[in-house]
Formats: sequence, structure tokens, C-alpha cells
Amino acid sequence: MFDTALTTNDLIFLAKGAGITILVTAISVVIGTVLGIIFGVFRYQVGAIWAAPLTFVLDIFRSIPLLIQLVLANAFLGTVLQLRFSGFTIACMVLSLYTAAYCAEIVRGAIDAVPVTTRRAARSLGMSWWQDMGNIVLPLATRVALPSWIGLALGVMKDSALVYVVQVTELLKSTQILITRLQEPLFLLMICGAFYFLISFPLARFGGYLERRWSND
Amino acid sequence: MFSYTFQWNQALARLPRMLDGALVTMQIAILSMVIGVVLAIILTMFRRSGNRALSGFATTWVEIARNTPALFQIYMAHFGIASFGIHLSPYMSLLIGITFNNAGYLAENFRGALKAIPDTQTRAGRSLGMSEIGAFRYIILPQMLRISFLPMTNQMVWAILMTSLGVTVGMNTDLYGVTQDLNALTFRTFELFAIAAVIFYLITKAITLSARLIAARLFRY
Repeated sequence: MFDTALTTNDLIFLAKGAGITILVTAISVVIGTVLGIIFGVFRYQVGAIWAAPLTFVLDIFRSIPLLIQLVLANAFLGTVLQLRFSGFTIACMVLSLYTAAYCAEIVRGAIDAVPVTTRRAARSLGMSWWQDMGNIVLPLATRVALPSWIGLALGVMKDSALVYVVQVTELLKSTQILITRLQEPLFLLMICGAFYFLISFPLARFGGYLERRWSND
Repeated sequence: MFSYTFQWNQALARLPRMLDGALVTMQIAILSMVIGVVLAIILTMFRRSGNRALSGFATTWVEIARNTPALFQIYMAHFGIASFGIHLSPYMSLLIGITFNNAGYLAENFRGALKAIPDTQTRAGRSLGMSEIGAFRYIILPQMLRISFLPMTNQMVWAILMTSLGVTVGMNTDLYGVTQDLNALTFRTFELFAIAAVIFYLITKAITLSARLIAARLFRY
């Protein structure tokens, strides 16, 4: 197993794939979180009935395999609308909406967890809606939301392994290309798995630590 | 701009084959879930056993399952195992990959559920003369499964969604694999995958709905 044909160039190729994985994840998580906060606040603010259309659309992103979402977006934008988007753009768009769908749920739950009496007290003291949101709800809701948000971000990183389907060569795809050439599946998959594990595990542990630390007050 | 003409008839004519695929998808998801729950219970018992080797094994399993992509796990089950000279069919690889993932996530859910059950209950059971296993089986396990019923439903939905990854190891009888094959045959990519998406949506909705009904029946008291 240690007698491998892996060269430095191959390692650079893998590192590039890892870079793409991180880039796609970072872009999607940032855009998805912003959208998710907007959607989540909107859903909380207008109530279940008026938010039903949005809830339905967001629910679709959580009930259909990501692979199909990517293929559909690619087919719709590429062949139906005849727009020339790169695979990278499509991957980021789909993953952003996918993230937003889950994030909206987290945000809504976190706002729900802020006691109504606290918010009423704030409004009674003459705070505007924005002041109440920014100074009262935001700090309290972040405590509830952050651990699950870390879990979501890590989930998106793991799910970004599927963007190969729109011709984006991320880590797992570059590993597969090397497997086809070198015929050393176990060794290469170990490297690939170790990379995911080394990013995901410490952050997951950190999320668990925050959850424990912030829950007993 | 809209020069594309939708041809739903061609895609709808293939609906029976896709529904057959949906059955295979559900079969894999249910099998992986049943085996996954059993394995997760065993892993939970390992982690409680206090034996270093057993709990280390269980923790490693859980952490690998939770911290690597499901696609990677399925690759491992197919190409990784193949380098030991064991060549599994795509069906088996997919089943093993998803089961591994399910067991890991469920074991973690079970651990969370166990925190809600006071230790004194085990001690009470032991004082009444129950064996270690007996106390777990008759006192802890039923409560644990009840508390983690909702996470288990979510995991079931995940299992359905994960079956779509089987196509990467050459699976072509599940819903996604069938759709992919039909796509290669007819090139109606958008129409075919839109139909597949609707079927997936209906399956997941059916699962959450029936889970709610089962919960209402099981947890009456």
C-alpha cells in the first residue's frame, strides 16, 4: 500500500479539488445564510398562512435529492432558457438555495426560542422593531442557532461532493479521476476521506462544545 | 430565447419504469433503515459498555459516518472493499454505504435520547433483579426509541434521498439510475428529471405523513 505511483503533480491536482470544494462551500454558505435569515425572519413575521408558498418552495429543496436539483437546474438554465452559465455558477446557485432552505428553518426555530415576554418588554420600553431584532433577538437567537448552523455548514461541505454532476471537479471527483488512472482506490479514498474528516471533525466538536456551553443558563 | 419545446409525452410514457425504480429506491431505504437501527442500538450498547475497545470501535464508526460525505462512504463500500478482492454488486455497495451512514447518525441520536433518561431507572431495574441487558431492553430501549422517533423519521427521508447516489457506483435499477438510463435513451433531461423530482417529493411526503400517523397511534398515552 505504501508503494504508490502517486506523484507530486497528482497531489497538487487533489489540492486543487479540495480548494474547489472549500470555495463552493464558502460561497454557498455565505449566500445561503443571508437568504436563509431573510426567509426565516419573513416566515416568522408574516405567520404560517401567508408564508405557506415560501414554506412549500423551501420544503421542495429539502425533499428532493441534491443530485436531481443540480441536474434539473443545469437542464433548465442550459437547454430550456439557453443561458450560458458555468457549472461552477450553477453549483453555487443550487447549493445556496439548498443551504437557505435549511437555514430558514434554523432561523425560524431560533427566533421562536426567544421568549415573547422579553420581546414585548423591549417594545414596551420604546424600542423599534429593528432595535428589538438587532439588540434583543439577534444575540439570544444566535446562541440557539449557531451550533445547528455549524452542523448545516458542514453538511453543505459534505453535500458539495455531488457537484461533479455539473462538471465541477471538486475533491471527490479529482480523487475518482486519479483512481481511474492509478488503480489504487483504497489509498486515494483514504486521503480524500482524511481531508473531509480533518475539516469536519474539529468543527463538529466545536459546535458540540458551544451547544453544551450555551445551553445551561 | 424560448426555443425549447417541452415533450412531456415521451417522458410520461416511461413513467411505469420510473415507478418500478421508485419501488427499488424505497426497498433500499427501508432495508438500510431497519439494519441501521439494529446496528445503531448495538453501537449505543457498545458505547455504554465501558469496554475501551468496544466503545472506541463504536465512536470511530459514528465519527467517520458523520464527518465524511455519504458519497465517499458509498465509494468506500464499492471501490474500497473491491481492493481487498471482494467485488460487490452496486445494489450491495449502495445498501452497505447507506446503512453505515444511517447507523452512525442514528447512534448519535440515540446517545442524545439517552441523556433524557435518568440513570436511576437503570439502577431501579437492576435492584429489582433484572440483568444489565434486561434493564436496557425493557426499561431504557423503549423510551430511547420513543424520544428519537422524530430524528428517525428525518433519517428515513435522508435514506431515500441518499439512494440517488447509487448511480455513481453503477446502480441503474433505482429511481435515479432508471431516470439516468432513460435520459441517455431519449435526451429529455428536464422532463424526465422533473418527473423523478415529483416522485421523490411524493415519497418523502408520504413518509413524513405516515410517520406522523404512526406516532399519533403509538404515543397515545
